[in-house]
Amino acid sequence: MATNEKWVIPPPPVQRVENPAEFQGIVLEGVSKAFGPKVVLKQADLLIAKGETIVIIGRSGQGKSVLLKNIVRLMEPDEGLIWIEGEEVTSMRRGDLMELRKSFGFLFQGAALFDSMTICKNVGLMLEEHTDMTPAQIRARACECLALVGLEGSDDKLPSELSGGMKKRAGLARAIVMKPRYILYDEPTTGLDPITSDAITDLILKLQRELGVTSIVVTHDMPSAYKVADRIAMLSRGKIVFSGSVAEVRSTTHPMVRQFIEGSATGPLGAF
Amino acid sequence: MRAIIGKLGRLVLHGLQSTGRGALLLRSIVFQLPHAWSMRRETSEQMQIVSVGSLPLVVTTSVFVGAVTAVQAVYQMQAYVPMKFLGTVISKSVFIELGPVLIALVVGSRLCANYAAELGTMKVTEQLDAMNIMAIDPVRYLALPRFLAAVLMIPVITVLANTIAVVGGYVASVLTLDVTSSTFIEGLKMFYKHSDLMGGLIKSFFFGGIIAMSGIYYGFNTEGGAEGVGKATMTAVVGSCLSVLVADYFLAIILFQIVFRS
Ligand SMILES: Nc1ncnc2c1ncn2[C@@H]1O[C@H](COP(=O)(O)OP(=O)(O)OP(=O)(O)O)[C@@H](O)[C@H]1O
Ligand SMILES: [Mg+2]
Repeated sequence: MATNEKWVIPPPPVQRVENPAEFQGIVLEGVSKAFGPKVVLKQADLLIAKGETIVIIGRSGQGKSVLLKNIVRLMEPDEGLIWIEGEEVTSMRRGDLMELRKSFGFLFQGAALFDSMTICKNVGLMLEEHTDMTPAQIRARACECLALVGLEGSDDKLPSELSGGMKKRAGLARAIVMKPRYILYDEPTTGLDPITSDAITDLILKLQRELGVTSIVVTHDMPSAYKVADRIAMLSRGKIVFSGSVAEVRSTTHPMVRQFIEGSATGPLGAF
Repeated sequence: MRAIIGKLGRLVLHGLQSTGRGALLLRSIVFQLPHAWSMRRETSEQMQIVSVGSLPLVVTTSVFVGAVTAVQAVYQMQAYVPMKFLGTVISKSVFIELGPVLIALVVGSRLCANYAAELGTMKVTEQLDAMNIMAIDPVRYLALPRFLAAVLMIPVITVLANTIAVVGGYVASVLTLDVTSSTFIEGLKMFYKHSDLMGGLIKSFFFGGIIAMSGIYYGFNTEGGAEGVGKATMTAVVGSCLSVLVADYFLAIILFQIVFRS
């Protein structure tokens, strides 16, 4: 792109390890994904250490949601390998994959609540399917999770009776109900008012501190990102172009990151 | 001309491809059958949707099918065939053909559209993805109860429809066609064969499977938003109706030329 000539773009961070099968955490190695002619991920590399909270930023349509879905194999990458705690995901058998997924929580960008079930049933469904808990215990645990996201009293409502932000929070309650070791958040605070947004940010922090979960947070909400992130990575044109701590992000001279955090229409990312 | 042949060719290929992938889906549903008992709540919920919800449709269809068969039969038999055969004609045509096929077309379309639209909406709103990520197999949780409900309930509904249609034929004959009640009932009993009824029910069992598979398959494979759901529903209903009619022919050959041949 012509606009790039005006800016000096530093080389992308090294996100590879010698032996991915021994890395504790998640490794993405050369992951590519295209939809027809549209290339979304192009040989993307990313390392996510165990217990870390990594925030992924990037402009709309750059493939952040696609990246998350590839990790848990909701989408199959066209090429590349993904390891989770030493196990390669893209070649995993279905049974093992299902087992692995039980240790994951996933908050969908659009919440993806089951609209024929009540909120309580939505949240409790995994417990019903994968544990021996009694209906009363399941209900108690579901209510506990709903209270964590500030939705007490809405348990018997249907998703269609909730506002957009409430759906998002119900989706979050559903994602954490099994006490997962990994939580993938796709824009957890989008569509929430600033106060609820901050409360959800605090909840993400709390889950990480108390349960030691590894989190991948996709967000556009920079105050929330600064608060939760151990590390911030930027996805642009199918690759991770930057990775650094909050302090490094604030002080970086990387033109793409600067443009993004300043919200400027002029820069290497272009306006549209 | 070439364009038409090309289009037809593509349609046939598409049909074959869907049949193949549908067969794979059917296989994975069959593999989930051992879990049927644990899905009994969802299955009975679906069975209620199939049966109770269809009742007005079933009653209306059957009454008039029986009545119109009576009218047509009387018209064609007048002066050539004794009226004591009227009951025979009505019951045979209803049990063997009209009952199973019309129920598969009418109730089947309702059911197939319901399955395709519901599952299709779940697909495009990422609810199927959500289920997968929660390590719950949509084939077990969604497809299996729907498949069982259709396979079990369509024959039951057909029995009901057969009964209502014969009653409809009787009422129409006695009230409007100058046939006495005893003549009608005599004909009904005269050539009654168990295999007629059984043959029809076996057919409707297969029709139930076809209807469910079509709805589930097109629902699971929906792409795009509301438009995609509309398209999937339409394709599912058309596919189900056509497959029922084609299968009806082959089942008729197998059942009435080979199995029940006397
Ligand atoms: N199922 C799909 N079929 C075709 N194209 C897709 C599909 N999913 C995503 N895409 C394309 O991939 C690109 C990246 O989409 P993605 O949803 O990952 O963006 P994003 O970075 O999450 O954006 P946003 O911040 O707006 O959520 C988009 O251009 C989109 O058109
Ligand atoms: Mg997204």
